[in-house]
Amino acid sequence: MAQPANRPVFAPWTDPNEKPLIQFKNVTKKFGEFVAIDDMTLDIYRREFFALLGPSGCGKTTLMRMLAGFEAPSEGKILLDGVDIAPIPPNKRATNMMFQSYALFPHLSVWDNIAFGLHRSDMPKDQISARVEEMLRLVKLEKFAKRKPHQISGGQRQRVALARSLAKAPKLLLLDEPLGALDKKLRQDTQFELMDIQEKTGTTFVIVTHDQEEAMTVASRVAVMDHGKMIQVDTPDRIYETPNSVYVADFIGDVNLIEGKASAPKDGKVSIAWAEGQPEIVAETGETIAPGTTVHFAIRPEKVAISVDKPKDRANVLEGTVSDIAYLGNISTYKVEVAGGQMIKTQVANDRRIARRDITWDDKVWLSFTDTAGVVLTS
Amino acid sequence: MNPRRLFLILTPYLWLLVFFLIPFVIVLKISLSDYAISIPPYTPTFDLSAGWEGFKSFLSALDTENFTFLATDALYYTAYLSSLKIAFIATVLTLLVAYPIAYGMAQAPDEWRPTLMMLVILPFWTSFLIRVYSWIGILSNEGFLNQFLLWLGVIDTPLIILNTQAAVYVGIVYTYLPFMILPIYSALEKLDGSLIEAAEDLGCSKIQAFWLVTFPLSRPGVIAGCFLVFIPTLGEFVIPSLLGGSSTLMIGKVLYEEFFSNRDWPVASAVAVVLLLILIIPIVLFQRNEQKQREAN
Repeated sequence: MAQPANRPVFAPWTDPNEKPLIQFKNVTKKFGEFVAIDDMTLDIYRREFFALLGPSGCGKTTLMRMLAGFEAPSEGKILLDGVDIAPIPPNKRATNMMFQSYALFPHLSVWDNIAFGLHRSDMPKDQISARVEEMLRLVKLEKFAKRKPHQISGGQRQRVALARSLAKAPKLLLLDEPLGALDKKLRQDTQFELMDIQEKTGTTFVIVTHDQEEAMTVASRVAVMDHGKMIQVDTPDRIYETPNSVYVADFIGDVNLIEGKASAPKDGKVSIAWAEGQPEIVAETGETIAPGTTVHFAIRPEKVAISVDKPKDRANVLEGTVSDIAYLGNISTYKVEVAGGQMIKTQVANDRRIARRDITWDDKVWLSFTDTAGVVLTS
Repeated sequence: MNPRRLFLILTPYLWLLVFFLIPFVIVLKISLSDYAISIPPYTPTFDLSAGWEGFKSFLSALDTENFTFLATDALYYTAYLSSLKIAFIATVLTLLVAYPIAYGMAQAPDEWRPTLMMLVILPFWTSFLIRVYSWIGILSNEGFLNQFLLWLGVIDTPLIILNTQAAVYVGIVYTYLPFMILPIYSALEKLDGSLIEAAEDLGCSKIQAFWLVTFPLSRPGVIAGCFLVFIPTLGEFVIPSLLGGSSTLMIGKVLYEEFFSNRDWPVASAVAVVLLLILIIPIVLFQRNEQKQREAN
């Protein structure tokens, strides 16, 4: 069957009529003198897969624990479906959490772990077993129902934890570094599985992670946090392509940051003087920048082209010397030294065999990029 | 197998042989002998100089008469049963007192724990006998407890506690409390706090979370503690004889009287052998619990 021509894009945050499932309203959380969450306002919508991303100690786990009910905000309100959840204890909330350590009950079988929450609800016995079976099928663990948690592998434990937290069909599922304990290969598989399950069940997921790749893969929106503040909340592609600050640009993926003084924008374009005797970098910007402001020009390595001959039709062309090459299999990263010792990284897909590569160490090369490839950051 | 390894393995067995098996065989032998007015007060005695024939006549003189006697005289089996009952009730009481203490210790901030642990172990620094004697001073008719209650006006006449079973329970619970606290504490301390949070997250109230998660997970500690209290209590002699008076019948006391007052070593030995057989059952169960716990880890 053909896909409908106009597939609706899932973006409830752009729709002013959409009511958010969770609203943080000026929430502050203090532990003694330490401010874990600093005056945060944030909306999360139904069916979203929302990732909280940040270094350890940035407050992302505190945020999640406030949603689960293990911490209460010091100031401000958290609304779930428009209702203030502050007075509701964790066992009465329509949220469930998947713990970083999985927190499976070691004395109970896989089956009983999944049924644990259902037994606490007023669901009739026969429906409970049907629901447990359904959950076991969802995470493909039918054969392991009788095992105890210590008798299954780490990946299976992770799936039991997921099944257990989904069994009660919560309005909101909280995942605290759910894949942290898995090895890389398993983690990647599980990420897709998670997305699959999220789509199937239609549950709103909030995931805490410090792994930016994981956040980018699974999330509909990513919130980059630092020191208890939201730095940027946006879709993964916008976080990557148009970071709003040096912090976000640097935190997500690889980036070249070039510091310089901007001229006044003309036709939406600024020129950035970044090194003496070098051509200024021309870049598009939506912002109004006062002439002479110190700005950072951020550009992703894969958006910088490298060539032996000087390209003609590019807005920005820089000359440099190859100082390092990292071969990563599918791609190679070249570190090129340009004027003033500035290093610029560029990534090129290895679409030819390495023996036929025409650039090597200490070669004179040309770097080029268009005026829309990078972003100008003022903060 | 190299000699060093052999030595390491043999040492504990040698220890058991010298300090457990040989004494036990001697006691077993005496229990099969007959009472005699002589030194030692039983017959036959083992005489190496009589040679093989002597050994054969020695063996033929042994019989199980004393054990038959234990079965026929009601004193002994009522004493065994009463010991079992007292040991069982005392174990339950100790558990009820110890669990909240152990739980509180496990919940306490990290920096308090060594101090709390120290306080639990502290009584061991004083002689066991002195501690039991001091309970006489507390529980007697003119003791501190009665004086205090009279002073408060709660009672008009002193309560009779000393020389009753209640005093025995007080003494046992007090003496064996650390043996119950420590294994339970060690089980509770290992408990991952996120399990309790997970239980609450899945809809448990705090009390449900305790009964469904905390308690089952501390069960190995509870079982270990119960055995550590039950086994020595069953043969306890000092506490019932000092605090229990003549009304408390426990097999340890019977054993003592048989040995020192009656000077009937063969019957006393038979009592001891039967006590050991009764104790073997809980000891085997205890070992199995430990084994299971090791496997689970």
